[in-house]
Amino acid sequence: MPSSRFDRLGLAAFGVLGLLAMFALPVVLETFTLLELTVYVIMSILALSLAFIWGFGGILCFGQAAFFGIGAYTYAIASLNFGESTGAVLLAVAVPALFALALGSFMFYARISDVYLGVITLTVSLILFNLVNSTAGDQYRIGSAPLGGFNGIPSIPTLNVPFMPGSPLDPTQIFQVCVAALMLVYFGLRALLASHFGHVVVGIRENERRAELLGYDTRRFKLGAFVVGGAIAGLAGCLFANWGAFVSPTVFGLAQSAQIIIWIIVGGLGTLIGPIVGCFLIQWLTAWLGALNVINSNLVLGAVLVVFVLMVPKGLVPTLADLATRRARRAAAAPQRGVAGPTQAGSGRVGGLDGIAEEVVK
Amino acid sequence: MDFALVVGIEILNAVASLMLISIGLAIIFGMMRIINLAHGEFLMLGGYAAITATKAGVNIWIAMLVVAPLVVGVIGVVVERCVVRFLYGRMVDTMLATWGLSLLLVGLVTTIFGNTTAGISSPLGPVLIGTYTVSLYTLFIVFVAAMVGLGLWLLLKKTRFGLIARGTMQNANMAAGLGLSPPRVYMVTFGIGAALAGLAGGVLAPITGVVPTIGVAYVAKAFITVIGGGASILTGTISASALFGTVNQLATFATTPVIGEVALLLAAIVLIRLLPQGITDRFFRRSL
Repeated sequence: MPSSRFDRLGLAAFGVLGLLAMFALPVVLETFTLLELTVYVIMSILALSLAFIWGFGGILCFGQAAFFGIGAYTYAIASLNFGESTGAVLLAVAVPALFALALGSFMFYARISDVYLGVITLTVSLILFNLVNSTAGDQYRIGSAPLGGFNGIPSIPTLNVPFMPGSPLDPTQIFQVCVAALMLVYFGLRALLASHFGHVVVGIRENERRAELLGYDTRRFKLGAFVVGGAIAGLAGCLFANWGAFVSPTVFGLAQSAQIIIWIIVGGLGTLIGPIVGCFLIQWLTAWLGALNVINSNLVLGAVLVVFVLMVPKGLVPTLADLATRRARRAAAAPQRGVAGPTQAGSGRVGGLDGIAEEVVK
Repeated sequence: MDFALVVGIEILNAVASLMLISIGLAIIFGMMRIINLAHGEFLMLGGYAAITATKAGVNIWIAMLVVAPLVVGVIGVVVERCVVRFLYGRMVDTMLATWGLSLLLVGLVTTIFGNTTAGISSPLGPVLIGTYTVSLYTLFIVFVAAMVGLGLWLLLKKTRFGLIARGTMQNANMAAGLGLSPPRVYMVTFGIGAALAGLAGGVLAPITGVVPTIGVAYVAKAFITVIGGGASILTGTISASALFGTVNQLATFATTPVIGEVALLLAAIVLIRLLPQGITDRFFRRSL
């Protein structure tokens, strides 16, 4: 239920862009660039997972990397054991989702929120990092897959055509699968947000007590959102493990969780398209700085984050959209009668669900 | 018997180290209700300040106990003036901004000192306890932690500044109404918190060595300890450090250091689940 023509346009544009990327880019670009783009796309899926639970559910999870890592490790271990990727992919989504269910029940049913929730999720990802990091040595193996500790797990089987282990996908097809997954997640989240469940989740973010007084069990809705986020992060982890055919404990690291938060802050909290934009921009910036090798990329990333929190607190996409709407409104208000005002002003934020949130709250 | 004594000393050491790395963060959290995620980098800077000063010929004790806190205290005040003061009352935003700051500092220090471990040798020798050897420096750390605790208690309880600080903490508007300037109190408090982080970084530098990325190892533990301790600065930090440090060392002795670390983190999760507002929300409520 896109709330305005602007929104519908955005959705259509996203679909067209995605399809274009899927089929035109492999023709135009070299394989190396395509590989690099693939990881951007995978990280965008990860960005969406936190964008949903933080931006719309109001749950600030400092350890989103935990689900990403669990997804990656599950895929690695399962595909090494099965020798086939279909079941591994399903498990790589299911296991993080179940983990999110367990962790979420533990937190939400104790009514833990805000910074305390942040500490717990952060701590959980640290525990996972410590545990997995210390599993070097032959005695630590699950089935036929050695865990490898800080060395990680190498030579993970690539995705294959479902149920046909003999025919693995080539890098172009992997890229197409990743873009398709990103589109699926994006449209899926849009649909979810437009559903009754989505309305309630956003309503809880706006005012938890009011939602409760209206008779909603907010714990259950928050848990639901958290599980969806965990599953999506797991999917991203699964694709990541199979992109590099390698996974190491750094996927659980603090740096990984920090990255996701930076993408969202730069792109725009409370939107879905923003974090994707932020993810692409920041990753491109990091790669570019790394290639340039003049200035430390941490220094720049840190400065970017500080500047955004202080000066562009809404993030790029909402700020630009606001500017555009204001422009359009001014143009419409100007005395040129012939020009049709393109604004159905009000809820003109790209991907924003202000309208819906207001609807729920009012 | 000797073994019990050694275990006791190791536990004391773990508790003291936790308290040292957390106390600066606790002051800032307790007074201003914000979490400074660049805290780990303040410790890292303290370590570099101590090492650089020692290599430049300064006496090692002066470098650790005077130069490190001074340098980092000044940096803290600059950070407060340039970034943090715009964000009071917005906890999540301060966390994000200081997280950015921590990345920035890591990048800056990597650019200046390179991504290698720097170190100074521990200035005190070993002592023998029965058949075991214990580094005398371990005891020195316990001593420093005790002095910091005592000093802070005296500062907050017995001086005019402490009175002003506690008043501002309880009700900033009332303090302002009485003619005090809360922003100035905040600035000084932030500086003191940073200076204590610098002190901890300096004192721990001979044991751990320093790399630009060492802050990450500290900040998570400090964060957990402070949140676990709750609102009271001193009692909260000491009680949470005592709990987590003991759990950590006992588990380490029983199994491996990794399991010890995990036990600490699990203890923190259980504690926050049971007492979401920290230990001092339930116990020692009226303490400092």
